[in-house]
Amino acid sequence: MSFIDTLLQGVLLGGLYALFAAGLSLVFGIMRLVNLTHGDLIVLAAFLILLIVSTFGLDPFLAAVIAAPLMFGIGWLLQYHLLNRTLGKDILPPLLVTFGLSIVIQNGLLEGFTADSRRISAGALETASVNFGGINAGVMPLVTFASAVLVIVALNQLIYRTALGRAFRATSDDVVTASLMGIRPNSIFAIATGLAMMIVTVAALYLGTRANFDPTAGPTRLIYAFEAVIIGGLGSLWGTLAGGIILGVAQTVGAAINPEWQILAGHIAFLLVLLLRPRGLFPRAVD
Amino acid sequence: MRSLIETHGLTAFYGDFQAVFGVDIRLDAGETIAVIGANGAGKSTLMRSISGVIANRPEMILHRGEPIGALAAPDVVRRGIALVPEGRKLFPSLTVEENLQVGAYGRKVDGPWTLETIYGLFPILKERRRNPATALSGGQQQMVAIGRALMSNPDILLCDELSLGLAPVIIKDIYAAFSKIRATGAAIVIVEQDIAQALKVADRVYCMMEGRITLSGRPAELDRADIHAAYFGAETHELH
Repeated sequence: MSFIDTLLQGVLLGGLYALFAAGLSLVFGIMRLVNLTHGDLIVLAAFLILLIVSTFGLDPFLAAVIAAPLMFGIGWLLQYHLLNRTLGKDILPPLLVTFGLSIVIQNGLLEGFTADSRRISAGALETASVNFGGINAGVMPLVTFASAVLVIVALNQLIYRTALGRAFRATSDDVVTASLMGIRPNSIFAIATGLAMMIVTVAALYLGTRANFDPTAGPTRLIYAFEAVIIGGLGSLWGTLAGGIILGVAQTVGAAINPEWQILAGHIAFLLVLLLRPRGLFPRAVD
Repeated sequence: MRSLIETHGLTAFYGDFQAVFGVDIRLDAGETIAVIGANGAGKSTLMRSISGVIANRPEMILHRGEPIGALAAPDVVRRGIALVPEGRKLFPSLTVEENLQVGAYGRKVDGPWTLETIYGLFPILKERRRNPATALSGGQQQMVAIGRALMSNPDILLCDELSLGLAPVIIKDIYAAFSKIRATGAAIVIVEQDIAQALKVADRVYCMMEGRITLSGRPAELDRADIHAAYFGAETHELH
């Protein structure tokens, strides 16, 4: 029973990691941009939610609904005015610029919010749990996992069922030919990063309500997000969810054996997948 | 009468390399013109310049008298100028139908062309509409590329090397569709290496060599020897 319990906790933790990763996966899939600022933007969104909660006394879920369009705007501006300038044949400029931006955001948050650890209170939800035939699962982890599935379903609908989604895929295939269709690649990229920031807001809501965070918490989230994307295979959003789950299960199993092994077990699982399936479990594109 | 498209002393570069040297062409409403020439004559560069893939000085290209030489491709499409690019350039991540739909992304105007009328023009595409575009034969892919350009209901259709790499019988099928496209009133520019095909469909022909126009006129007025000279250059003419 305790093994099944561990497994369930791992799967639910995987939902959180999939939320960390989905935005990263979207942005990489459309413009081949590796955004090293991703983790810091999650932390930035968490502070934004915290600010709204503490200023207006709102429920964190409502605060996230307010934060999401603000984060979309931040993402849009960031992509349109800064990151689009770094895109091109050379893959180094976007890495350098997002790496630098990561440091800027961390220090900006440090200046604005101090180095104290913070937490967003979700009230009674935090301790609520449901019982499945002897196994207890927290309501928050269940809601997190359900949110991850919902986000991925919604993203897939957007990408495969709408005109905007067709423009995303066309631009990802061939920027020049897409522009011959009247698609403005710079706007498409800005919208994609804006959407990724809305997913980041969802991730930040659960990061902030389930764990402590501080201005330097970003890079660790970035690594988990990276690992989930790579394990799942580039370009596949369901693969990203699977990647998050594998990472989550590896961490909880590791922690069950010895609490010191939690993080290490996740990294080892990542390396094992890379060793056996270098292109991830469900690679979509051949490029 | 004002022409639909005029180029004036059009020059185009790839970095330091100049591909087009002072080209003047004209396209009138409802007209089909052909640009012929050997590989590297600058035909595709001319098409890429008009469609906005290559930026030029504004006044080098006039559309209905307005300078458009410096416009980017998305803005050129919005003015009703669509390009069928060389090599088809279909989107591999999209199905046949999605490739057609994306053609109307930047310019959604009422006109003769919809998914239904394009399936009427090329019925085979309707059967294969759920297939990935790249799973089709070369000829069918070319039909998708033409349909995709038509989806924006352009006044001007630019076609770059439609027959490249296709069997003669398939080329005939594809050109058979052009009478229907012309009947909608669209003006057409065809870039071809196949001289006979170009002379058959065009109202007027421009011949290019080494980035310059070497000959132009109506097919009936052009002498075959002159075309050869304009196409291959005078030195090689004696060899034929």
